[in-house]
Amino acid sequence: MTTPTVGTPPLVEQLKRGLDAPICLTWELTYACNLACVHCLSSSGRRDPDELSTAEAKSVVDQLAALQVFYVNLGGGEPMLRKDFFEIVEYSVASNVGVKFSTNGTYLDADAARRLASMSYLDVQISLDGMDAATNDAVRGDGSWAVARRAMDNLAAADFGEFKISIVCTRHNVDQLDEYKAMADDYGAQLRITRLRPSGRGVDSYHDLRLTNPQQRQVFDWILAHPGVLTGDSFFHLNALNAGPDATGESLPGMNMCGAGRIVCLIDPIGDVYACPFVIHDEFLAGNVRDEGGFATVWRESTLFTELRQPQSAGACASCGSFDACQGGCMATKFFTGLPLDGPDPDCVYGHADDALATIDLGSGPRPSQDHSRPGATIPGVAFTGGAIPGVAVPVPVTLIRKP
Amino acid sequence: MFDPNGAYRLSPRVGLRPEPFGALAYHFDTRRLVFLKSTDLVDLVESLDDHPSATAAIEALAPRRRRSFETALASLFDSGVVEAA
Repeated sequence: MTTPTVGTPPLVEQLKRGLDAPICLTWELTYACNLACVHCLSSSGRRDPDELSTAEAKSVVDQLAALQVFYVNLGGGEPMLRKDFFEIVEYSVASNVGVKFSTNGTYLDADAARRLASMSYLDVQISLDGMDAATNDAVRGDGSWAVARRAMDNLAAADFGEFKISIVCTRHNVDQLDEYKAMADDYGAQLRITRLRPSGRGVDSYHDLRLTNPQQRQVFDWILAHPGVLTGDSFFHLNALNAGPDATGESLPGMNMCGAGRIVCLIDPIGDVYACPFVIHDEFLAGNVRDEGGFATVWRESTLFTELRQPQSAGACASCGSFDACQGGCMATKFFTGLPLDGPDPDCVYGHADDALATIDLGSGPRPSQDHSRPGATIPGVAFTGGAIPGVAVPVPVTLIRKP
Repeated sequence: MFDPNGAYRLSPRVGLRPEPFGALAYHFDTRRLVFLKSTDLVDLVESLDDHPSATAAIEALAPRRRRSFETALASLFDSGVVEAA
C-alpha cells in the first residue's frame, strides 16, 4: 500500500473520515453508582441487569486488543463497584490495552491503591468538582469531597505516581482552577479539566452550571497559560476565540475536531455502542458488542458511524469566520439542548446560539434514552432499588442528598 | 540527540498501528500518541532494526528523501517512538 505524500488532505480531514479502529474509547463498566452527581453523563445509579458478564467483558478486551485500540477510558457509574473490576482491568492491561479509569474514589482504599500502583499501562483519575466540600458536594453529593481526597491520599501513600485529578468546569468552580493546580502539584498529580455537557442528568443541570461567556474566555486563557494541564481536547469550541477580532494567535493544544464515531466512541455497560460518551441516546446508537461481528463490525459498518464519517454541513455556521477554528462545537451539546446539529454550539463564544436558545423552553430538548438514576437519597451499597450490588465493602458511609 | 549514523529501532514500549495515511504510534509509558503521516515512513521505522544505522535504512528505502526522513526520525526519536538500538 502506498500513500502519496504530496496532495493528501490534512490529517484532520483524514481523521474525519474515520480510522480503521478507535484510538481509544470510553467504556462504562456499570450503571451502578453510590453517588448521584447532578451532571452524570450516563444517568447512573442502579446496576442494569443486562450488563456485560465477566466473560463478555473479557471478550470485548480481546476484540479491542485485536484492533490495536491503544487504551480504554473505563468509567460508569462507579467502575470499582463491579466485583470483577480488577479482573477486567488486569486482563486489559495484560492484553496491551492500556487502562485509564475514572472513579469517585469511594472504594479506592489503601489496598486498592497498592494494587493499582503495581500495574503498568494504568492511569487513575479521581473526579472532584470543587476545591472545597461545599462547591463539590453541591454537584457530587454530600461526603463526596472527603472520599475523593482520601482516595488521593491513598494513591499518594501507595506511591502510585502521577495520578489524575479530573474536574468538570462549572460556573461555580472555574475561579478555583489555580487552587486545583496547586493541589495537583502538591500530590505530584496531573490536572485534567473537561467541559460540562447537557448529557444524562446534565440535561437538567446544564443551564445552572454552564460557564458564563466571560468564564469561557477565562478558561481559554487559563488552559493556554497551563500547557501541562490535560483537557481531553474537550474545549475545542473555545478555539473560536482565536479567530475573532481579539485573537491571541494561540490555539488550544490537541485535536481540533469532534471524534465521535470517527476516532472515539462509547461502549455502555450493556454493550451498546454510541458515537461518544456524551450522546447516550437512541439517535446515536450504532449497535451492540453482542451483535454478530462484535465491536469491529459496529465500528466499521454501522449506518450511524458511516454517516458521521461523511462531510458534515456547517449549516448556519458556514458564514461565520470562526468555523474552521471551532468546527461548530460539540454535537452532543447541541443535541441535548434542542439545537440543530448543523448550527452553533450553545456555548458559542460569540453568542451565535443565544437567539435560538431563547426560543427553546429549558428542558424541552431530547431526553436521554435510558435513566438508571436511583430515586431519592441513599447510602452507598444499601438503598439500591435495582438489586444489591454484590461484593462491595463500604469503607465510609456517605449520605447523599441531591441538591438543586 | 539523534545521530543518523547511529543504530535505531522502534521502541518496544510503542504500539504501531497501520492506518491508510501511515500509522498511529502510541507510547505506553509516556501515553503520547504520534502520527506517522506516510506509509513510507512506517516502512522506514519498521526496517530500522535490519540496518546498522538510520542512514543505511534510508539509503535502502529512498535515498533521495534522506533529508526529510532524517528530520522525521529525529522527531520520532525525541518523542520516544524510536530509540537507540
